[in-house]
Amino acid sequence: MNILELQNLKKFFATQKAVDDISFSIEQGSIFGLLGPNGAGKTTLLRMITGIFYPDSGNIILNGKKFDALNDAFNIGYMPEERGLYKKMKIGEQALYLARLKGMSKADAMASIKKWFVKFEMETWWNKKVEDLSKGMSQKLQFVTTVLHQPKLIILDEPFSGLDPVNANLIKDEIFNLAKSGSTIIFSTHRMEQVEEICDHIVLVNKGKKILDGSVNEVKQDFKENVYQLGAETLPENFDTGIFNVVKHQHDRILLKLNDDTKPNDVLKYFISQNINIKSFNEVLPSLNDIFIKLVEGTTAARQFQKVN
Amino acid sequence: MNKIGLIISREYFTRVKKKSFFLTTILVPIVIIGFYIAIIAITVNGSSEKQSIAVIDDSNLFNGNIDSKDKAIDFKFIKNETEVSFVKKYKAQGYNAFLYVPAFDIDSPKNFTLHTQSAPSLSTNSIVEENINKAVVNRRLVSQGIDPKKYEKIASDVTLKNIDDSKRAGSTSSVMAAFIVSFACGILIYMMMIIYGTQVMRGVTEEKTNRIAEVIVSSVKPFQLMMGKIIGIGAVGLTQFMIWIILIFAGQLLLPVIFPDMLQQINGAAAGTGNASKAAEFMQGLSSLPLLKIVLSFLFYFLGGYLTYASLFAAIGSVVSEDQQEAQQLVFPILMPIVLGFVIMTKAVNDPNSSLAVFGSLFPLTSPIVMMGRITYDIPFWQLATSMLLLIGCFLLFTWMTGKIYRTGILMYGKKPSWKEMIRWGFRKQ
Repeated sequence: MNILELQNLKKFFATQKAVDDISFSIEQGSIFGLLGPNGAGKTTLLRMITGIFYPDSGNIILNGKKFDALNDAFNIGYMPEERGLYKKMKIGEQALYLARLKGMSKADAMASIKKWFVKFEMETWWNKKVEDLSKGMSQKLQFVTTVLHQPKLIILDEPFSGLDPVNANLIKDEIFNLAKSGSTIIFSTHRMEQVEEICDHIVLVNKGKKILDGSVNEVKQDFKENVYQLGAETLPENFDTGIFNVVKHQHDRILLKLNDDTKPNDVLKYFISQNINIKSFNEVLPSLNDIFIKLVEGTTAARQFQKVN
Repeated sequence: MNKIGLIISREYFTRVKKKSFFLTTILVPIVIIGFYIAIIAITVNGSSEKQSIAVIDDSNLFNGNIDSKDKAIDFKFIKNETEVSFVKKYKAQGYNAFLYVPAFDIDSPKNFTLHTQSAPSLSTNSIVEENINKAVVNRRLVSQGIDPKKYEKIASDVTLKNIDDSKRAGSTSSVMAAFIVSFACGILIYMMMIIYGTQVMRGVTEEKTNRIAEVIVSSVKPFQLMMGKIIGIGAVGLTQFMIWIILIFAGQLLLPVIFPDMLQQINGAAAGTGNASKAAEFMQGLSSLPLLKIVLSFLFYFLGGYLTYASLFAAIGSVVSEDQQEAQQLVFPILMPIVLGFVIMTKAVNDPNSSLAVFGSLFPLTSPIVMMGRITYDIPFWQLATSMLLLIGCFLLFTWMTGKIYRTGILMYGKKPSWKEMIRWGFRKQ
C-alpha cells in the first residue's frame, strides 16, 4: 500500500520552476531516498509534502486521502536541512512544546520524551539549554523532536550531517527500527553511500524534474556496464583477446569491460584456457555515486535563473 | 485553537520567567520612585540649609528689620561698614551673601547689590527681591500718605478655581491633574507600543534565523505562529502594566508607613514653598477624573495600537535576516507614524479640541497615542466610536496583509525583499 502519492506536482517561483511536474509514490514502511544536486527542488518538494508550501497544481495523497496540512501535521515528522531549535529554551520544555504542537497530549508527550531520552542517553539534558549543546548533540535532539509523536511519515533532510560515526550509526539504527515498526521514511541527501546503505527506493530529481525512479537494485541493474572484477594469483601484462577490454590492472586483480555479445562464461573459459588460476570473479555494479554523476553531468552545475510565465 | 494557545503560553511564560522581565518590572517603578524621592530630598535639604545674609542699609529702607517669611534665610544688619570695606570680610564672618542697599531715589530705585561667593539660588534671589520691593512699596505708600496696613487690606490676591460643569454638575476637576494624566497615558502607550513592537520583531527574526520557524510551520499555520507570538507578548505587556499599577497603589499605602518622618518633611517643605496646595489640588483633581473611563480606554488603545503595529513589526521581522541594520532601515517608516502620534499628542494635551488633535485621534496609526492625550477631556461620543472602529478596521486589514508577508518572508533566506515585493506579497491571493 502506498502511504504517499504525488501526482503532477508543480511549484513555480518568480524566477525558478522549482518543481516542474513531479509524480511518484512511496510504499508504507519503506525507506525512500530523494536525491538530487543542490538546487534541484528537493527542499521545495519536501516543503509541499509537509504542508509548508501549497503546490501550484497537482495532488498530494497521504494515506489514500487528499493531504490536508492542518490535520495531517500529526502524521508527519519533518527534520529540515537547516536545523532549528530555540537556543534559550530548556531542552525538556522544548521537546514537550514541539510534541504538543503536533497535537500530542501532555502525558503522552512526556512518556514519549522519556523513552527517547533514555534511548539516546539524554536524560541529563532536560534542564540544559540548546545553546549549551554541541552541534552533534543538538542534531540528536532535533532527530528526537522529529520522531517523538510517532509520525507515519518521517521526512529527514540530511540527517547525518555533523554527526560522528558513532552517533550516525545510532540514528541509522533508529531509522531502520522506525521503518520496521511501520513508519515510512523519506530521506533526502546527496551523500550516495548512505543512500545505498539505507534506502529501498530512490527518486532522483534535477532542475525540478524527476529523472530516475526505482529500487536501488533496479537502478543499478539498469545502469550496469558489463564490468567484472577478476582475481587471480598472477596475471600477465597484456591480453590478446577481442572479447573484453581491461579497465584497470593490478598485479592480482583486474577490472574487465565485456564487449556487448560476450558472456561472463566466455571470459572464464578464456582465462582457464590461458592456465591462469582464478580466485574470484564477480560483476561490478555501478555505484549510485557514478550514476548520479553520469545523469547530472552535462547539465550546468548551478541552477540558472529563468523566466517563468 | 488549542495550538495557538500553546504558542501564546510559550511566548508568555518564556518572557515572564526571564530575570530581565522581573528586573525591569520591579526596578523601573523603584527607579522612578527613587528619583522622585531624591528630588524631594534635594529640595527639602536645599531649603533647610540656613542661609545667612549680611545687610548694609545705607538708606535705612528696612528700618533695621527684615521680616522674612522663610525661616531658612537669616538677615543680619551690619553697622559702621561700607560696601567696599565689607565685601572683603563677609565671607570670613560666616555670611553666605551680602546685600548692599545704597541711598536711592524713591521714584527710580536701583543699584541694589547682592554679593555672593557663588551664584545665588533662584529662591534666595526672589526672596531678597520680594523683600526689597515690599519695602520700596511701603515707603512709597507712606510718602503718598497711605497707611501700609490699610493697603494690605485693600490689595487683592485671587486664585482661580476651575469647575467643569459639562459632565456632572458641581464636579471640580483640576486642569493640571487632567493634563498630567493625559500626558502620562499618551507617553505610556507610546513607549509600550515601541518596546513590545520591537520585541515582536526580534522574536520573529530569532525564529527565522534559528530556522525553528520551518519546524513549527510544519505543525501549525504561519498565521497561528505570528498571532500566537503577538498575543503572547501583548499579554506580557499587560502583565507588566498590571504589576506597575499594583506597585503604585502599594507604594502609596506603604510609603507613609515606612517613612513617616520624610512625609512630614515633604509636607513641611511643600508648605513653605506653597506646593502643598498644588499637590492637594492634584490629588483632588485626580479623584474627580473619570478613572474607569480612562483605564478602559487605556486598555483598548494599548491593545488596539499594539496589535496594529505588532503585525507590522512581525512582517518586518520576517523579512530581515541576521543583519540588524536591515531591520533598522525597514523599521524606520513604521516608527514615523508612532513618533508623529507622539508629537500630535503633546499638542493635543494643551488643545484637545483643535482640528489637528481630532484628526490625530481618529487616524488609526496615531489614534492610540493622541486619543489618550485627550482622554481626560470631554470627547464627543461619535469621535470616540469612530476612532475605535477605525482602529479595529486598521488592525484587521494590517493583520490580514502582514500575515501573508510573514508566511512568505519567514521561509525566505538571502536577499532582503524590496518594499514593492513585500506589498505584492501582502496583496497576493492565496
